[in-house]
Amino acid sequence: MSGSALLDRYHRQNRRRTALVATMAVLALIAVVIDLTTGPSGLPLSETLRALAGGEVPRGTSVIVWQVRLPVAVMALLVGAALALAGAEMQTVLENPLAEPFTLGVSAAAALGAGVAIVLGVTVPFLPPAWGITANAFLFSLGALTLLQLMGRLRGGGPEVLILFGIALNFTAAAFLSLLQFIASAEDLQQLVIWTMGSLQAVTWGSVAILAVVITLTVPFALMASWKLTALRLGEEQARGFGVDVTALRRRALLRVSLLAATAVSMVGVIGFIGLAGPHIARMLVGEDHRFLLPASIFTGALLMSAASTLSKLLIAGTLLPIGLVTSLIGLPVFFWLILRGRQAR
Amino acid sequence: MSLSVTRVSTGYGRRQVLSALSLPALNPGEVTTLAGPNAAGKSTLLKAIAGLAPFSGAITLDGQDLAPLGPAARAQKIGFMPQSLPSGASLNVLETVITALRASGERAVTEPPETRAMAVLDRLGIDHLALAGLDQLSGGQRQMASLAQAIVRGPRLLLLDEPTSALDLARQVRLLSEVRRIAAEGRIVLTVLHDLALAARWSDRIAILHRGGLFAFGPPAEVITPAMLAEVYGVSARVERCSQGHLMVQIDGELSRSAAGK
Repeated sequence: MSGSALLDRYHRQNRRRTALVATMAVLALIAVVIDLTTGPSGLPLSETLRALAGGEVPRGTSVIVWQVRLPVAVMALLVGAALALAGAEMQTVLENPLAEPFTLGVSAAAALGAGVAIVLGVTVPFLPPAWGITANAFLFSLGALTLLQLMGRLRGGGPEVLILFGIALNFTAAAFLSLLQFIASAEDLQQLVIWTMGSLQAVTWGSVAILAVVITLTVPFALMASWKLTALRLGEEQARGFGVDVTALRRRALLRVSLLAATAVSMVGVIGFIGLAGPHIARMLVGEDHRFLLPASIFTGALLMSAASTLSKLLIAGTLLPIGLVTSLIGLPVFFWLILRGRQAR
Repeated sequence: MSLSVTRVSTGYGRRQVLSALSLPALNPGEVTTLAGPNAAGKSTLLKAIAGLAPFSGAITLDGQDLAPLGPAARAQKIGFMPQSLPSGASLNVLETVITALRASGERAVTEPPETRAMAVLDRLGIDHLALAGLDQLSGGQRQMASLAQAIVRGPRLLLLDEPTSALDLARQVRLLSEVRRIAAEGRIVLTVLHDLALAARWSDRIAILHRGGLFAFGPPAEVITPAMLAEVYGVSARVERCSQGHLMVQIDGELSRSAAGK
């Protein structure tokens, strides 16, 4: 095959990847609409859509759609996008396919922060009480990631050191959380356990807006670093030879990951699987050119989380399951299946 | 206009690998081989020049001190081919070469990066591998892809760390004759090679590193001698010329072991 024919194939491949990213975006939007039309109040689809379009509907319907269902559905979309992007960047800069906010202690730290607020009643002063748990969770998970970066810098900041510290942080936070659970009253314990299972129920437009702002501020910088992140997939030495300041790349990516993961987890609790599986599924779809991998991860995460939100309402009729439970229970078998299928395809 | 290495010291932690090593100026158009026993500091010197290892002393290229240059500025002048390329990435060969061109953030203004990357693959005779995934390549093919990544920016200085270690005989010749052509374009080439016959055939000058310093430097025929091989490598060897006048190195045995056997 001649050079120009090969280049044509390369361009065709990239167009196909662009189409795949667009498809994932459309599927994520469809998932949100399905998510919006399911719920315990049993609104007919036509009425939900009419309320969304601003048409004539009873006031109750309008409140259910605009104040209950829509913030939850949008939050699911944003949390999925944030966690999958955080996972994708983390896996690349830590050169480890298992890295994600959940495995490196961010979620455990957030849960510990929530526990401190719920069980000990210690939180940020002068905040409305409704925000106490969220604020604690945010500060603890951001603190965990900052600690991770500082300790990493002390020891040269290599990926192995960061991963070991992350795992140590995970276990430390989990141990302290167990201690809190042990001394908690029955009522506090229940609230804490439900929080750690991940839930979209406490979501308001305010929390949606905060996460939306964080995503809007971080995504452009992640996309601008696409080539550098792709270079890092060829090894640190090679990337540095290409002219990439790997230390700065790693530090900035982890800062983005910290903001995304801490904000998402503090709003909705512990959500496993999305940060790991979103990027992996995206990688199977579009490869590791990060110009495609990062957006594909964002939309795959959003799609998975929206689907999980819908399933959390449908799995047991009349019961709303915690969404973190759904992502783990349903997601992991799907993930295993994808890995095995990916192996066979090679 | 040349590469100069003056009193360079470097090491890992407390272990010093090179101590106050200086090299005579390396000139454009020439291929210089770094040779020496294992752990002599050959790769470490390449990494110091490439900006991948901290060092004290002075390394200048065309009169410009390389130490204060940022990674992107250095990458415009220097191409570095490491010993190995990881195989785990889901990227094809063409993508890796385009990445080598784009990663520093400097955009090529004259031609599209993919066209330039494809031309380099064509030049190295691996254009048919352009869309092959890295995980489908043999060790030798991966080495050729790595060379493509190193030369695609058209660097003034090309550093190659054992570029032929995984190549079969024909590909060794292809790679090294390509390296000679690259040098002939007015570039400086510094390469690590273990095979001294190969080094003698393809380089203009050879630098022998031993115990953290420069043991010998000069044209192959002056440097590769039985005395050097005995002193540096601890082997008894003959250095002869073949019917075409090329140097042949025949290793007869290990000196300490044969001495012990006596």
